[in-house]
Amino acid sequence: MSRRVAAAAALALALVLPPPAEAAADVQAIETPGGIEVWLVEASEIPMVALELRFGGGAAREPAELAGVTRMMAGLLDEGAGDLDAAAFEAAADGLALRFGASAGRDAVSVSARMLTGTLDESVELLRLALTDPRFDADAVERARARQLSSIRSAETDPGELASRAWRAALFPDDPYGRRLSGEAATVARIDRAALVAARERALDRGDLAVGIVGDVTPDEAAALVDRLLADLPETERDPLGPAEFAEARELEVVELDAPQAVARLVQEGIGRDDPDFFAAVVMEHVLGGGGFSSRLTQEVRVERGLTYSVSSFLGRWDRAAVLGAQVASDNARVAEAIAVIRDEWARMRETGVTEEELEDAKRYLTGAWPLAFDSNAKIASALAGFMSEGLPPDYLETRNALVEAVTLEDVNRVAARLLAPERLQVVVVGRPEGLEETADAAD
Amino acid sequence: MRRLLALAATMIALAAGPAAADWPVTTFTLDNGLEGVVIEDRRAPVATHMVFYRVGGADEPVGRSGLAHWLEHLMFKDADTAAEGGFSALVAANGGQDNAFTSPDVTAYFQRIASDRLGFVMGLEASRMRDLEVGEAEALTERDVILEERSQRVENDPSGRFGEQRTAAMYLNHPYGRPLIGWRHEIAQLRLADALAFHARHYGPDNAVLVVAGDVDPETVERLAREHYGDIPPIGAVPRERVAEPPHAAPRRVVYEDARVRQPYVIREFLAPTRRTEPERAAALEMLAAVLGDGLNARLQQALTVERELAVATGAWFSGSTRDYGEFAVYAAPQPGVSLDEIEAAMDEVLETFLASDGPSAEEMERVKTRWRASWIYSQDSQATLARRYGLGLAIGMTVEEIEAWPETLEAVTAEDVMEAARAVLRPETSVTGRLRSPEGVEG
Repeated sequence: MSRRVAAAAALALALVLPPPAEAAADVQAIETPGGIEVWLVEASEIPMVALELRFGGGAAREPAELAGVTRMMAGLLDEGAGDLDAAAFEAAADGLALRFGASAGRDAVSVSARMLTGTLDESVELLRLALTDPRFDADAVERARARQLSSIRSAETDPGELASRAWRAALFPDDPYGRRLSGEAATVARIDRAALVAARERALDRGDLAVGIVGDVTPDEAAALVDRLLADLPETERDPLGPAEFAEARELEVVELDAPQAVARLVQEGIGRDDPDFFAAVVMEHVLGGGGFSSRLTQEVRVERGLTYSVSSFLGRWDRAAVLGAQVASDNARVAEAIAVIRDEWARMRETGVTEEELEDAKRYLTGAWPLAFDSNAKIASALAGFMSEGLPPDYLETRNALVEAVTLEDVNRVAARLLAPERLQVVVVGRPEGLEETADAAD
Repeated sequence: MRRLLALAATMIALAAGPAAADWPVTTFTLDNGLEGVVIEDRRAPVATHMVFYRVGGADEPVGRSGLAHWLEHLMFKDADTAAEGGFSALVAANGGQDNAFTSPDVTAYFQRIASDRLGFVMGLEASRMRDLEVGEAEALTERDVILEERSQRVENDPSGRFGEQRTAAMYLNHPYGRPLIGWRHEIAQLRLADALAFHARHYGPDNAVLVVAGDVDPETVERLAREHYGDIPPIGAVPRERVAEPPHAAPRRVVYEDARVRQPYVIREFLAPTRRTEPERAAALEMLAAVLGDGLNARLQQALTVERELAVATGAWFSGSTRDYGEFAVYAAPQPGVSLDEIEAAMDEVLETFLASDGPSAEEMERVKTRWRASWIYSQDSQATLARRYGLGLAIGMTVEEIEAWPETLEAVTAEDVMEAARAVLRPETSVTGRLRSPEGVEG
């Protein structure tokens, strides 16, 4: 009993502590002799270098009839280059302890590499070979095709995959954002070596490039490294793609799947990074259903009613569109109630906004969690490339929390009223949901 | 000079030895039996605080499967923090993130937070170690949450269901055969009194390991630990005694059919020793898994994907970080048109050829050791990985010396050791062979 009082007193004390220290990373913006902008954090504690390249030529630029080619190309970059076939390339990378992988997104192709300082020059050379002269050998291509087709087949009965696919296709019927990164069986079957070569040329271009480096290198060494790595790539001015068009109609879509638990997504228009209310929306979304266990959605759907193990909201952002949504998984008999509660919370947030206490809690969480996301060299390198590609300043790591702190109750409640639109939610449910039509009608 | 030293250290690391950059690790023990480990990683002003209890799913009373995991959930509902919105809300409001996990051997709770708030989270964690108070209604709602979690992880995922059936077939007597999340019918009957009794019996300082990693100094951590945990009375924890497996006499086969399966596969798991019970043998099995199935140059990949295009994916793994028994596994997922019979025969052929040979070549041994060394060095980049390594090791009964000897034990493995381990462990009578497929028979 007295324990409890003591604990409560300690908590009260802790709550009035000042906000935590900022991340210590000191970002240097340098331009290489070759004219490439690089953001660098020198970190000498571990004899390694983490490198992140973000090339702004993602799957959104691939031809519809070859959907999936950017992803396949990215997966093949470490499967043979120059004189080295896939097995020889892997053996060479193993010998140097070079770890790298490339992944395709809708807007960009990202290359992440970890190298040891002791073998840095050789690792950079091998990486250069992979980016500039990948072989796309027939056997490697067939292995990659088999993997991609297998993942497409598996997605046909994966509730989460089906749900993601359904809302994207519903919201972006005429835009590449509505397509799948892995493509369809028919488009993947069509991909040949020429298509892969073209996809590489489309993506690996210095025209829209962001580079982050964290590790045991000086600025001069980092600059020389980047120039050596990327000098052979072309620099092309790409025509910008216009904003993605959202579908007007929002209709409940049920994707039939014989599974005991239904998976639902509710998605509407979101908010861009350049909107003045962006951070107000971040705070609002955190209170609604963001990270941690304390959000309104978790409280109402999981804690109060036990309807789910996981419910959350999300703010999604691509180069040409932004979305705001929620996801939940609940047994077929109970998913209708879960969806109804989420809709109610959407409406409640729009009507009444957040409280002063919720605002302060959210700000403390968001500012405190920020440095936690950057506790490894690899994560910082990746974040730097991301910031650069979004047009943020090099010191964003340090200055971002002040932008969160500046958000007022008025800002949050204004953006809640402007942004949240329960009637604009595109709802998709995968499974055998019961009683859903009535619920959806009732909400309309 | 700094560069030269780092370079020299790296070369040594790759050529012969373990980690090039080890964060300082110190230990202490409080009078009430609480063991503490401090890992100093000063790169960012954050700390990871973890408490591991030496109790897990395999310590549940018969008929109460899922109890350890349910208790883990209930720990977030302790009355001490309920008035403040709950444990996680308090951590979040202080800019921290928290979570927990349960394994068959341990239950662990952790927070990541600005390092100047370490004392705050210690106070919270100590409070629910000392005693737990949860309302009946809340506990039952959380039981519903766990039934939903089971739906999500097991019933909604054919691979999850398949794994549960294989594990049950593997263990003839030991409680590792029970699902960690619990059988549905037993979860539905768990009572709050069971959970509170389980807490009283297993949650105490003399049955716990405290790990703090991050921007902290050992003296401060020990002082804070004494302040917050020091006066919690010991519970008189006794070493765990679990029933042992009898000799396995018959190979088992599990065929799980589910209409949702789009990518069938075959997997064979063998009962194996662990790092705790037989470290040298475990190290040899780690290398065996890499020789057989890690990377394109491994035996299985060469035979099943390079020389013949039979498999979409294939590989091998060793899981030896458990307390009583480990598992060694090989698996293969066939390409369309290749039957499970064919792929299993091809997999068998690789194993038979290997077992009849003189063992891995010098080149193969060098390949797998180099790969392992790189992983070890890069693992220094993750605070959470390091904290888990020590916490899990200590909580399953290893000493700090044994945990730290692992790199040397792996380095010392010879080709002969790998062969001896293969012959000792890859025995049909200790194995479960599982096939996952759709009922129509993808085998054709």
